[in-house]
Amino acid sequence: MRVPIIRLGRILLISIQTDLTDNDALCLQSDLIKKISDTEAQGVAIDITALDVVDSYMARIINDTVCMAQLLGADVVISGVQPFVALSMVEMGSDLIRAECVFNLEQAMKRLEIRMSTRGDICLKRDNYVQ
Amino acid sequence: MSSDLIRVPINGISDIICARLTVRREAARIGFSTADQTRVATAVSEVARNVINYATEGVCTLRDDSNSDELHLQVTIEDHGPGIDNVVEAMRDGYSTGGGLGAGLPGTCRLVSLFNIESRQGLTRVTFSLIRKRA
Ligand SMILES: Nc1ncnc2c1ncn2[C@@H]1O[C@H](COP(=O)(O)OP(=O)(O)OP(=O)(O)O)[C@@H](O)[C@H]1O
Ligand SMILES: [Mg+2]
Repeated sequence: MRVPIIRLGRILLISIQTDLTDNDALCLQSDLIKKISDTEAQGVAIDITALDVVDSYMARIINDTVCMAQLLGADVVISGVQPFVALSMVEMGSDLIRAECVFNLEQAMKRLEIRMSTRGDICLKRDNYVQ
Repeated sequence: MSSDLIRVPINGISDIICARLTVRREAARIGFSTADQTRVATAVSEVARNVINYATEGVCTLRDDSNSDELHLQVTIEDHGPGIDNVVEAMRDGYSTGGGLGAGLPGTCRLVSLFNIESRQGLTRVTFSLIRKRA
């Protein structure tokens, strides 16, 4: 199952709707970094409400994806970490998600907009702007 | 109240999701809290992933061992792969022969009430239980 990546101006939005297999997650990772680079997106919001288990492998994929996005120049905000997922992750001591986390996608978008407004980047790919 | 065993084959990556859905459903049926359902589903996910990574295939067995005092779900995950060279080392945080973080087994151990691992060439068996006093 391919997870769609939606573009809203300079922000890419990903809402994971079902449990992801390892392959789905790796696929999403490569789709995302390609899309960030193609669009010079400055922000990425990832909603993981639908993930009701995040084992150490999935946590690592999320962390790696965040690092890759940051290397390219995009900020990442994660939303919707389930309470019992947070509990299991901390108890397991699995490497915690290194991105900023918020409750929902709306807050994620707000947070990204605030961050982007203070970056002062010059946009070379003008056509990507949606006013 | 020991009931029938539930067996879930672990032959491929998609079986990891199947196994953790099955264990979550069974934990809910027995009466474990949502937090405990998530703990045991996460534990199954970790150990089942090792089966796929290091032994290619195995089987996950669930047993309801509850009695009038406590809720008790026992999970056994076994494979007939190469075995673990050094079980004590494998339980140590940071030990990995697979290029992982080596966090899987020690992390799983922290999520459950009882944890046991036996391994030799041709058989690795990880058994763990979630046990809670009845309210
Ligand atoms: N079923 C198995 N068969 C053979 N060896 C195993 C098995 N399970 C674990 N091991 C060995 O034990 C080591 C530790 O396992 P553990 O799950 O703790 O870490 P990992 O799988 O290497 O990394 P992580 O789980 O953090 O991604 C593995 O690297 C592997 O050498
Ligand atoms: Mg592992």
